[in-house]
Amino acid sequence: MTARDTDRPLSRRAMLWGSVSAAAGGLLSPRWPAALAAEADPLLAGRPLARFPEKTDLIVLTTRPPQLETPAAYFDRAITPNEAFFVRYHVFPIPTSVDLARWRLEIKGAVDRPLALSMDDLRTKFPKVSVTAVNQCSGNSRGRFAPRVLGGQWADGAMGNALWSGVRLVDLLKAAGARSTGVDVTFDGLDRPAFPQVPDFVKSLALSRIMNDPHVLVAYEMNGARLPLLNGFPARLIVPGWFGVYWVKNLSEITVLSAPYDGYWMKTAYRIPDTPCGCVEPGGAPKSTVPITRMPVRSFIAAPASGTRLRVGQEIALKGIAFDGGYGIREVLVSDDGGEVWRRTALGADLGPYSFREWSATWKARSAGTVRLMGRAINAIGQSQGTTPLWNPAGYLRNVVEHVDLVVS
Amino acid sequence: MTAVRAFLAMLLVIGAAAGPAAAETVSITLPPDAITLPAGPGADVTQTQCAFCHSLDYITTQPRGPAAQWQGVVTKMLKVYGAPIGEETARIIADYLTAHYAQ
Repeated sequence: MTARDTDRPLSRRAMLWGSVSAAAGGLLSPRWPAALAAEADPLLAGRPLARFPEKTDLIVLTTRPPQLETPAAYFDRAITPNEAFFVRYHVFPIPTSVDLARWRLEIKGAVDRPLALSMDDLRTKFPKVSVTAVNQCSGNSRGRFAPRVLGGQWADGAMGNALWSGVRLVDLLKAAGARSTGVDVTFDGLDRPAFPQVPDFVKSLALSRIMNDPHVLVAYEMNGARLPLLNGFPARLIVPGWFGVYWVKNLSEITVLSAPYDGYWMKTAYRIPDTPCGCVEPGGAPKSTVPITRMPVRSFIAAPASGTRLRVGQEIALKGIAFDGGYGIREVLVSDDGGEVWRRTALGADLGPYSFREWSATWKARSAGTVRLMGRAINAIGQSQGTTPLWNPAGYLRNVVEHVDLVVS
Repeated sequence: MTAVRAFLAMLLVIGAAAGPAAAETVSITLPPDAITLPAGPGADVTQTQCAFCHSLDYITTQPRGPAAQWQGVVTKMLKVYGAPIGEETARIIADYLTAHYAQ
């Protein structure tokens, strides 16, 4: 039993948010806030900023279903605030009201004891555990692919890092008595398509993978607070190290299957070329594909913003973050000469292998002109970022060395 | 004094029972679509049919491309996402998208 209602009378709280979002509606007409102009990012030119319910000003990719991007300035720190965390839904309508008195998380299928857990059950009957982990959209930075590809034209803000707290998925499956004959486990949220023939957004993980990974959580808290509805309230799946597509939001049903799952969002969508790099020649077509899973190494320079002007002799602080798919970041390097010489940066606190790792350095402008600063991370097993972008037709897995351009005068 | 203490104790019990996991309804209202497509043959049909399932920035933020791209997109909406749109309507939409978003 789950609660999903869009027409119940608004609570006082809802009316408050309703008024907030009504105000945000007026903000949706394109405007040119300083934050966007300063990024000097052609991909974001003309994109409106808007304040959706429970969120701060985010860059609007699409309104319905909402896809909202985090401005680059937030990636100078390890933890992304809840209100600034990106939003990505697949089908519409999305849930706009969830009543915890009615919401239940069902665990069913090939289990000995089907469960319908309330939020109180989750909070009181299972150990509370936490993990700091990056949630990144598979198509983050898709707008930078060349040749360009269809799909959400994200810049680099479809990612964020948070402290997720909740219960271990394996604890739930053991409580339900998941049978050893189980093969795949599917995860479904409260979002339902407008028409029954539209494939509902459902993802699956292999049961064997889940039972051996205590870090996969059903989280009911994000950075110590309940999740914003647009980030998955009341609970969402957390699959540290893997792309966000598996992190099903507004989670309501977990089903153990005795056969492989072959729904649209596993069998057809979110697949990458079955090659070691997950790539093909630019413009080419893969011979065969596999589901996307683990995130490659990435790093970003968040400060200064691209386009920043400074004087010869001026010394500035460089800040940013790096992450990978769960091995952890060993070092982050920067170059101001096109990648001939790479300098080490200082790493910030280690919040675990799935987290953003802050890095910082100082840099001095030595001569006038445009200077390109490049950043490159290396993870604990020696994987790094290339200087030539890899390409695939869906626009996934981008992890090329990124840069900012500064103007010295 | 005793009564006050008893009252406070009762409040604490209620607080514990309510706790952070107490029944709560979270509701939001999404802002309206902000996009109106450029006028031209097929604009009304495109606006109406596409907006059944998604806002129109799904169109306007895509890379520009030739007729084949837009025919492919419309076909995908019909065949993959099950959009209940007839062939003639689909042709009008693809033509409209090509006319406005080819280059």
